[in-house]
Amino acid sequence: MSDYKGILIYAEVNKSGYIQPVFFELACKAQELAKIINEPVSAIIMCKPGYTETVKEGFQKCGFDKVYAVEDDRFAEYNTEWFAKAAVDVIKEIKPSIILIGATNQGRDLAPRISSALNTGLTADCTDLDINEDGLLAATRPTFGGKLMATILCKTHPQMASVRPKVFRPLKEDIIKDTEIIYKKPDIDNIENKVELIEFVKFAGDEVNELEYATVVVAGGAGMKGPEGFKMLAELAKLLNGSIGASRAAADLGYSSHDTQIGQTGLTVSPTLYIACGISGAIQHIVGMCDSDKIIAINIDPNAPIFELCDVGYVGDVFEVVPELINYFKNKNST
Amino acid sequence: MKILVCIKQVPDTTDIKWTEHNTIQREGVESIINPFDVYAIEEALKLKKTHDNVEITVLTMGPAQAEAILRDAIAVGCDNAVLISDRKFAGADTIATAKTISSAIKTKLSGFDLIICGQFAVDGDTAQTGPSIANDLNLPQVTYVKNIERYEEDYIIVKRILDEGTEIVKAKLPALVCVLKGNEEPTRPLINGVIKSQNANIPVYSMVDIGLVENEVGLKGSPTFVRKTFRMILSREHQMVSSVREVIEKIEEFTK
Repeated sequence: MSDYKGILIYAEVNKSGYIQPVFFELACKAQELAKIINEPVSAIIMCKPGYTETVKEGFQKCGFDKVYAVEDDRFAEYNTEWFAKAAVDVIKEIKPSIILIGATNQGRDLAPRISSALNTGLTADCTDLDINEDGLLAATRPTFGGKLMATILCKTHPQMASVRPKVFRPLKEDIIKDTEIIYKKPDIDNIENKVELIEFVKFAGDEVNELEYATVVVAGGAGMKGPEGFKMLAELAKLLNGSIGASRAAADLGYSSHDTQIGQTGLTVSPTLYIACGISGAIQHIVGMCDSDKIIAINIDPNAPIFELCDVGYVGDVFEVVPELINYFKNKNST
Repeated sequence: MKILVCIKQVPDTTDIKWTEHNTIQREGVESIINPFDVYAIEEALKLKKTHDNVEITVLTMGPAQAEAILRDAIAVGCDNAVLISDRKFAGADTIATAKTISSAIKTKLSGFDLIICGQFAVDGDTAQTGPSIANDLNLPQVTYVKNIERYEEDYIIVKRILDEGTEIVKAKLPALVCVLKGNEEPTRPLINGVIKSQNANIPVYSMVDIGLVENEVGLKGSPTFVRKTFRMILSREHQMVSSVREVIEKIEEFTK
């Protein structure tokens, strides 16, 4: 086991050609963990030739010791089998003790492929990471729809975890290092490309990212009764310079699109203010927004669990309250 | 076309009760089919409705009572079912589970064109077992699949829904797909399906049957293990206000 040293983080290039924000969150957390075990932090990136050079500064500012850049023309688009093979080859060579991957769509597609190929443990969608008394990665994650938290250890190496975006904050101050970039060629000629992307349609105007990084989120639940209710919330959100969100119940009912869904199976947000309208407060939803600085809940049911979990609660009909709020902020903004 | 659908019996997570020690009370909790797996079955049934010679086998790994969800799957139109069950499988993580299921497929069930799994199981929520099975069987995978839009002899066209947008993807068969929940009402049991399900002979395969040994399965075969569990306490101050005016004041205070 002592052969395995250091923390390796996966730098995912998203479909817009940027490194996913979760990478920088992991970079910050990894520095903390690395101090405890006194081991280096490195990154792996898989991309088209020349891309790594364009983002080098980002790696240097996050204090990376080394970056393994697997570049290939075929890596312009993500491909599960190719990326997994390329990553596994690097991991086998450098033998990291811990591997962290953002629990994005791509991360959750790729990570189990890598862990299975290495026959090592992977803890999914973690919301906390620590090093235990034996120097092992203690990965904590919600299970049972977020009702139970489990801290999971891995008895094999490397110890892998996928980590939910937005649970850690990026570095407050740069840690400048003279990061060494080690270029690799992938050994994938023998793997036939069996999955071909025919078309990608981006969700309009980066709505999702706006929601994930919004400072105000106005979210609705089943109590919004239909898409019309969400139009009202969208208006309020706009007046507050925020984004709209939805509970799983509301998304499943088709009131709001699934890309606005917040919770265990949706996005995690941590805005300055979260306004929950007609949301009962199922734990499934709560785990996606419980890190908000302040939570205001409006619900007609005085017994809704959300009232235990908010900073400020108001028992009332959202169809009366929200229009009043809209009126107020409309007037205020126009004066 | 031969389709295998992998399903899981899970506790109804909307109905969880706590013991006084903040552990989950397992007795008396209803078991259901994982809600995502309902749509894995639906996608298979849709292919069966629109194409000739589609045969659907459902598989689950679990205790003896997990047979119930297999019979339910036959009742809605699946053709065959297989239960992989052994006390030694207890405590399996996703790696050990995938190894067990893929060994069962290799030794007892090979020849599938398409394997369909649910994207998540609502108890563990890992989304790992499907891709791990694909790895163990050396198959291509497509995750976050909303629909299988088209099936031709040696490929499928699927629609994926991702955080950043939607994708249309062509995957060469054989392949494994992990499906999201759909919006449509799931198929109800058919009368002759129910009769068929009651009479169905469901083979049960043990660890030995599928050629595995003790240190490859269950807790022993799992690289990960749970060190501790705890209940998440999230309650806040919850100051109740009695007028919309006060709600407005709080919004202004919190967004200053």
